[in-house]
Amino acid sequence: MESLYAITTGVLTACGLYLVLRGRTFPVVVGLTLLSYAVNLFLFSMGGLTTDGAAIVNGPGGYADPLPQALVLTAIVIGFAMTAFVMILAMRARSEAGNDHVDGRSREDREGRS
Amino acid sequence: MTLLWIALLPLLGVLVPALTAHRRRRFCSLATAALPALALVLTLAHWPSLAAGEVLRFAVDWMPALGLDLAFRLDGLALLFNSLIVGIGLLILLYAHYYLSATEPFGRFYAYLMLFMASMVGIAMADNLLLLWLFWELTGLSSFLLIGFWSHRSDARKGARMALTVTGAGGLALLAGVLLLGDIVGSFDMNVVLASGETILADPRYSLMLGLVLLGAFTKSAQFPFHFWLPHAMAAPTPVSAYLHSATMVKAGILLMARLHPAIAGSELWSLIVTLTGMITLIYGAWFALFKTDLKAILAFSTVSHLGLITVLLGIGSPMALVAALFHILNHATFKAALFMSAGIIDHETGTREIARLGGLRRAMPVTALLSTIAGAAMAGVPLFNGFLSKEMLFAETLAAPLLGGLGWLLPVLATLGGVLSVAYSLRLIHAVFFKEPREAPAQPPHEPPWLMRAPVALLALLCLVVGVAPVLVEGLLGLALEPVLGKAFEFHLSIWHGVNLPLMMSLVALIVGVAAYWRHANLRRLIKGFRPVDARLVFEAAIQSLGRIAERNLARLDGGSLQRYMTLLLLTALVMGVLGLAQMPVLTGSKGNQPLDGILLLGAGLLIFGGIGTAATHRYRLISLLMLSVVGLVVALTFARFSAPDLALTQLSVEVVTMILLMLALFFLPQKTPKESSNRRNLRDVGLAGALGVVVASLNYAVLTRDNASISGFFLENSVPGGGGHNVVNVILVDFRGFDTLGEITVLALAGLAIFKLLNRLRLFMPHSDGEGRLWSPDRYPAILTSISMALLPLALLVSAFIFLRGHNQPGGGFIAGLVTAVALILLYMARGVEWTQQRLDFPYQPVAIVGVATATLTGLGSWLFGYPFLTSAFGHFSLPLIGEFELATAMLFDLGVYLAVVGATLMILANLGKVTTPHRPAKEATESHATDTASRSGKEKH
Repeated sequence: MESLYAITTGVLTACGLYLVLRGRTFPVVVGLTLLSYAVNLFLFSMGGLTTDGAAIVNGPGGYADPLPQALVLTAIVIGFAMTAFVMILAMRARSEAGNDHVDGRSREDREGRS
Repeated sequence: MTLLWIALLPLLGVLVPALTAHRRRRFCSLATAALPALALVLTLAHWPSLAAGEVLRFAVDWMPALGLDLAFRLDGLALLFNSLIVGIGLLILLYAHYYLSATEPFGRFYAYLMLFMASMVGIAMADNLLLLWLFWELTGLSSFLLIGFWSHRSDARKGARMALTVTGAGGLALLAGVLLLGDIVGSFDMNVVLASGETILADPRYSLMLGLVLLGAFTKSAQFPFHFWLPHAMAAPTPVSAYLHSATMVKAGILLMARLHPAIAGSELWSLIVTLTGMITLIYGAWFALFKTDLKAILAFSTVSHLGLITVLLGIGSPMALVAALFHILNHATFKAALFMSAGIIDHETGTREIARLGGLRRAMPVTALLSTIAGAAMAGVPLFNGFLSKEMLFAETLAAPLLGGLGWLLPVLATLGGVLSVAYSLRLIHAVFFKEPREAPAQPPHEPPWLMRAPVALLALLCLVVGVAPVLVEGLLGLALEPVLGKAFEFHLSIWHGVNLPLMMSLVALIVGVAAYWRHANLRRLIKGFRPVDARLVFEAAIQSLGRIAERNLARLDGGSLQRYMTLLLLTALVMGVLGLAQMPVLTGSKGNQPLDGILLLGAGLLIFGGIGTAATHRYRLISLLMLSVVGLVVALTFARFSAPDLALTQLSVEVVTMILLMLALFFLPQKTPKESSNRRNLRDVGLAGALGVVVASLNYAVLTRDNASISGFFLENSVPGGGGHNVVNVILVDFRGFDTLGEITVLALAGLAIFKLLNRLRLFMPHSDGEGRLWSPDRYPAILTSISMALLPLALLVSAFIFLRGHNQPGGGFIAGLVTAVALILLYMARGVEWTQQRLDFPYQPVAIVGVATATLTGLGSWLFGYPFLTSAFGHFSLPLIGEFELATAMLFDLGVYLAVVGATLMILANLGKVTTPHRPAKEATESHATDTASRSGKEKH
């Protein structure tokens, strides 16, 4: 089970990073989202993988580690805020530069420079 | 305590001209003079106690951890320099009062002057190495302001920049040297440093430290080869030149060498470097002074030469040489300040400083001529003037110096050569300006300046004469100043007649040959015409510019402006680090081993991998890629549920919904497809890099998962109910144990919402009028089924979110999840009924909601202060109500309410505002019209 979990995390990381390396804003934002899934899964697993653990303290034990859960919970929400911010930034960049290239320069700039 | 005041009064004096500049100039000048005059009186009042052998010190801790104290001392050396700095400073103030024209901002000028005076006094009195360095840098900055005072002139700006660059670089070297010195000694306290000369000399880092400190001193005191900034600093107003280049700025390096003399001198290295540098500077400056045609340039090079002379004496370092050095500091300050001021007067009266256009001025301005001649004679070293005495002492000391072994005879010969040159240029200066017949009549008939403008010159010239005739008058002052430089008291006598001896012969030779050299000046000039003069400013500027170009080129190499390249480099670094870390691990699989697999797990993992790879593979078809991404998000939520994290599953699920809505909305405004840009090689490289990192992450994850982990969660599990009053540990951690983190996170969330709100402001968008395949958007804006369902769903969803919120402390749920559920319900309404419709019914902005949320959470935290508990301490209690029964209330609930509001506010701020942007652009049914606006905005863009 652990090996499967690790492989899944690795694959998601790799796919996210590949997209982050693209040259247009939309795939990069999608890649960041994918990467944040992978990172959340990774962080979550730091407490070990507990099957059928108790969600609340009320009984005899067998709890899942609550600390990574609390951290990941806020990470998910913050991740959403960041995705939204980057996405709007990308829209703004397209509106200002006239294209959706990640370097944020207009075409003339890029051609003038290279 | 008065010591602190002596140092602080000139600094406070900076404020005086700033406050009185709007009054008449006379008032402002007098007011500015008051504080330094008081400082001078206070300094001189300590003379008797210094003469009694005391060294006055004052210290308070400033930054003890750095070894920086606010420590001042007043010994003989500080007394000598304070008198010079403040005394001549006051004369300069008087002179500047008349020199500056009516339109110039005299208040600013005086303020700079005071700042400079204060920093020089600080150097003289600092009793802590770091404090000394601080004031040293302050002189550099204030001299920059002074030299560049006429900032409308290019040469002033360039001269100021050059002075700042050279002395500032030297200052950095000095800082390194001072830190090294402090490290060797173990303290920055001046007394400790001065007392540990032997430790310092024995340390292996001595030569490095010495080099750095001397670099600082040589740049400041314009020693060869760093002399070139000084002549260019002559672009400053003449009062500044008179002040900086006679008594103060350039003497700072000399002062530093004198101050640290007991600590760092005394080695052969010191004598060799300092004496030779000084000697080269002496000859070099004097030679160029002979051929300059601008009055101030002649004086500037002569200053360089005289600084070299003092440096030679400091290098020789015998007691009498040190006496001579201090004596010459005094003499040079008097005659050079006088000469600069009379050069300024001449410039002021005739409108030129060119020697060729001047002449015969003794008839128009006889008093100035007399005073300048006295000062010039002192500079040349004519007997009965003060310059003669110190110069003859130089000759005597070079004869006695045990340096250079068999080549020791070179020193007196070179010193005599320097004497010859200084006689020649002094003679030229005085004769050409005042006595020679002019080649052309001056443009305006010159006349004597106001007598008060001449008064400082008169006073200084008088000093030249008095000291020259009766040197015994300054013996006391010099004796006091010598003691800290030499490290012990030393008896000496200054007299003007030593009998016929070798130094006297050398003086005579210097005088005779010097006169001859001026007489044959034309021949000499013809001789050097063969050499092309090098303009130091051009060389300097070219060097600076090429430095800038090199920096730009290197920067362009590192910072090409390509995000892809940065990401590649970043990921490569991460890869290398990760591989290095993993390579050190003996075995990958830990002791815990694997848990058994089952079919659902396999299916889930398969879906995740499929979704992930699908997202990446179809990324050029953006909508499909997005759908693939949502598969991943949903299965991640299920994964959390599978591994006993219901809170996470709920959060992930609701976040997934809002993320997808957001990305879909955004995609509407972006190209639907990504053009194929990367080459296959590039793609392969990226796949390789990403894949390798995926392997690293997977291995790392596997290694951690199969090992036993000691978690700190035991504490939370044990204390959740007794300490936080909640059974849902995750929620108790969020709102109680780690409440401060959560507060930070909702603040970030609210800030992101506000930033997006701002980014969307006046955003111009490209509006597609059809989808990727060219089909027009459906005219049915609000599908009936969705509309009615959303209406029915809203109260239910709100009820659910209230339920989730209320039970959150004891069951899975809480403010984050409840907030997201509410947000999703409202967004559904927006989508089903449109922004206008919803806006009418929810007629309030969301920004305040988010801010109220953060404020509620913060205030809840602050509330615990009222009861004397630390920030964010929670309290809870059990209450009972009829019908409902017993229930529990905790302040954490209030905090969670803040979280709830912040999440709802921020999420809706993001999505509703984005939705609002789309509304005015919403494609109308008439495709042609929207097409027209689309092309219009496009063409507008191209122009842009």
